[in-house]
Amino acid sequence: MDNVSIIAVASIVTAGFTTGIGCMFPALSEGKSVAQALSSIAQQPDAAPTITRTLFVGLAMIESMAIYCFVVSMILVFANPFWNHIIAK
Amino acid sequence: MKLTPDQTIFWQHGFITINLTIVTTWGIMLFMVVGAKLITRRLKANIKISRWQCVLEMIVTSINDQIADIGLPKPEFYIGFIGTLFLFIAMCNLWIILPWYEPPTGSLSTTAALAICVFMAVPYFGISRTGFFNYLKTYVSPTFIMLPFNIISELSRTLALAVRLFGNIMSGGMIVAILLSITPLLIPIVMQALGLLTGMVQAYIFSILATVYIAAAVQESIKKQKKLNSKTQTKI
Repeated sequence: MDNVSIIAVASIVTAGFTTGIGCMFPALSEGKSVAQALSSIAQQPDAAPTITRTLFVGLAMIESMAIYCFVVSMILVFANPFWNHIIAK
Repeated sequence: MKLTPDQTIFWQHGFITINLTIVTTWGIMLFMVVGAKLITRRLKANIKISRWQCVLEMIVTSINDQIADIGLPKPEFYIGFIGTLFLFIAMCNLWIILPWYEPPTGSLSTTAALAICVFMAVPYFGISRTGFFNYLKTYVSPTFIMLPFNIISELSRTLALAVRLFGNIMSGGMIVAILLSITPLLIPIVMQALGLLTGMVQAYIFSILATVYIAAAVQESIKKQKKLNSKTQTKI
């Protein structure tokens, strides 16, 4: 394999793994936090607005981890700096 | 494939570039400024007010309530910054219902600019509310050992703010574009609706996080106020 195909294979495989693993664990933790928030709302319906607001902020924080992984894989696929370097040479 | 609206360039001269992001941003700014000017031209304090004044009052009072809930007393002082952030991002993300519209928040330069605004606003509000030395004290707040970590967190949360908003909006547009080539019939509409929800939540999150950061910077003055209050209450 020459340099170009090694870079292509490495970046495509890494992009797939990045999004795959990076979606798995945030999904688990989001499920956990939503389940916990639902049970606390069921126990104390009066505190629902506060719990919901905190839940949304926390969910967005957790989800941003998945988004970081997605951005990294998007960069690897569509705007790969190594690929651009090889192409320009 | 187009990743951001930065890549649609209308006019370029030297390092000055007019791209789609700038045009859309200025369009939204113009829309919001002219709209606010038109609505607030004839404000009334009667029982019967115009419809649009009612809408604006609802927006302003609910943003004030949210800021006060997080723990910033006197939200009128902060709403100029936080409310503008929220309204601008929400307006940018809301207009994806229009065809051929690309949200300027889907470009890293816009979100980086907004995050840098938050980065500058935190010391501004901190110093103006508590004074210079009290603001510096928040950097060594638990102990002196935490100083480098506090500085690192200040920088990394700015980066996180920028990348979070950019990633969410960009991924929404990207997913719709990919689905259009796979299942072009109904599924992209559902994802677009989901993108609308994500956009609103992200606007909310961005402004909430800015409020939390500002609240952390002005906590000294809030603590002092509480101490004064409890003292006067015990006296009474």
